[in-house]
Amino acid sequence: MTDLQWPELIIFSTLFLLVTVLGFVAARWKAGDTLDHLDEWGLGGRKFGSWITWFLIGGDLYTAYTFVAVPALLFGAGAMGFFALPYTILAYPLVFLPLLRLWSVSRARGYVTPADFVRGRYGSPLLATLIAVTGIVATMPYIALQLVGLEAVLRTMGFNAGGFLGHLPLLIAFIILAVYTYQSGLRAPALIAFVKDLLVYIVIIVAVIYLPIKLGGWDSIFGAAQEKFAATDAESDGILLNGNNQLQYATLALGSALALFLYPHSVTGVLASRGRNVLKRNMSALPAYSLLLGLLALLGFAAIAAGTEAITNQATGNPDTNTIVPKLFDDQFPSWFAGIAFAAIGIGALVPAAIMSIAAANLWTRNIYKEFIKRDATPKEEARQAKLSSLIVKFGAVACILFLDPQFSIDLQLIGGVIILQTLPAVAIALYTRWLHRWGLVAGWIIGMGWGMTLLYGIPNPATGREHFGGAALALDKLNIFGWQPFAGSTVQIYVGIVALLANLLVAAVVSVIARQLKVSNGTDTTVDADYHVDEGDEDLRPVAAPH
Amino acid sequence: MAAQSGAKGSGLRFSPWNLLLIIPFWILLTPLYNRVEPTLFGMPFFYWFQFVGIAVGVTCTTLVYFGTKNRRGSAPRTEPTDVDDLDEGSLR
Repeated sequence: MTDLQWPELIIFSTLFLLVTVLGFVAARWKAGDTLDHLDEWGLGGRKFGSWITWFLIGGDLYTAYTFVAVPALLFGAGAMGFFALPYTILAYPLVFLPLLRLWSVSRARGYVTPADFVRGRYGSPLLATLIAVTGIVATMPYIALQLVGLEAVLRTMGFNAGGFLGHLPLLIAFIILAVYTYQSGLRAPALIAFVKDLLVYIVIIVAVIYLPIKLGGWDSIFGAAQEKFAATDAESDGILLNGNNQLQYATLALGSALALFLYPHSVTGVLASRGRNVLKRNMSALPAYSLLLGLLALLGFAAIAAGTEAITNQATGNPDTNTIVPKLFDDQFPSWFAGIAFAAIGIGALVPAAIMSIAAANLWTRNIYKEFIKRDATPKEEARQAKLSSLIVKFGAVACILFLDPQFSIDLQLIGGVIILQTLPAVAIALYTRWLHRWGLVAGWIIGMGWGMTLLYGIPNPATGREHFGGAALALDKLNIFGWQPFAGSTVQIYVGIVALLANLLVAAVVSVIARQLKVSNGTDTTVDADYHVDEGDEDLRPVAAPH
Repeated sequence: MAAQSGAKGSGLRFSPWNLLLIIPFWILLTPLYNRVEPTLFGMPFFYWFQFVGIAVGVTCTTLVYFGTKNRRGSAPRTEPTDVDDLDEGSLR
């Protein structure tokens, strides 16, 4: 704690204070008649226009962790880390059409979560609960990771003590966040996202212009990176892909793109928008963040050229590569600008953490509390329950960081991507057809989940000496289907999530055919065709915050 | 139940513009661009090609937006108007 970086700290604290005020003021911003309804607290009144939606979803998807971890990945492994770019290129064209249907049916029926939709589409509390629990489990470690991003910044500013004291600034930041989210709901992150994104844009534009000039241009940056990777023993790194990881690169990009809008927090951002045209415009405008992410990713190579070294985390004793970008800013920029950059990353952690905790709270309230604990809960009771559970979710995430190795959160997030993909058949395919039978979906979920976990468990990481959960890249050689190894001897790697999803779909289809043959009930569909096309301005549109 | 839901269909309203959304997926073909030359501003082809991929993606989604904007009428003509659709009572 001795060598605090004062100028950075003062700028960071000032901006942090500003967003805290915004967070509390947000409760009154575009307020509806009441905050005692999930449509208001949990979805900001379902009336955000194009700009707010752009800032909100941008702030939601491109998180502090992304901004810290992606460059760290390029720093460590090279080209493979750049998968984040094709991932975010694909995500928007991929979800363009299904998201519009999801928005419309949710607007027409008052759904707040993806599990609400599944409940309405199949009338199956079991299936809806599986989707809700998957969503909550996938979201929790994601919130914890935001803290990892925030903490990387705090450690760079000098708060690098061990034990409880080292976590104190983080704890304070999170208590403040928890209180204003409780108070203002989704309006708080929506308003703060403006500040966060403006800061992020300023910092990154300056960084990608200034740093290459300072470090001798992109060719010397890539040259330095190539030199570093050539000197290592590992074959998997380099500034280009190799024969073994190209399939991994493509499937990881595709799998991540498929998973992106299955995450409950993404759905929350989408459902909060006013209408279909708002979403369509955003599918074209959100890639502006991808450009930013790609440029930022290259700063991982700039850090190699600048000779940046990761800070040792005093709590774990290991070098923390996630501090690479903050450290690069710290080394290369005057301290006042580094302070702005740190504030961008720090506030960048608060926005998604708030939205994620709201999304998880919505899932808990709508699909577990209302389904099993208090069936006749009034909208007011729902809102109250969601506010309370958002606090619990956030402190659960803090506990993860305080009491567990941060690596545990990173592992969980890796798993989170694989498990959220297993909700694709029940959520995304069901938007188009009920051909997949509800029991097929349940069976597919079980198989996809089980096999995905088994595969992840069996992946070692030679670089860190870990035997299990060493990454999401599966060598095809290891693919073993009841003793049958279709690709024995192959060293080509593939993303586990895609393998598990294919198994899920296959099982879902087979069981669906069987269930139909046996004439098993496929549940009652309470949605109608027209629900999937409603838009703002329609007459007879369900009022926002309608009583159930 | 199953028979009834089968007859219901999914109410698809397809526009040919939507086909444009397939184009960005070429970015999955890594062998196309996994090389250093030609470089641009010192950046290997692998990297700047994917930045171009963002522009391609944006172009496609933007074209689809303008192509399908406010085309509520793209529904099959036999269906009642949207407003009536919303009235559950009028549906079967």
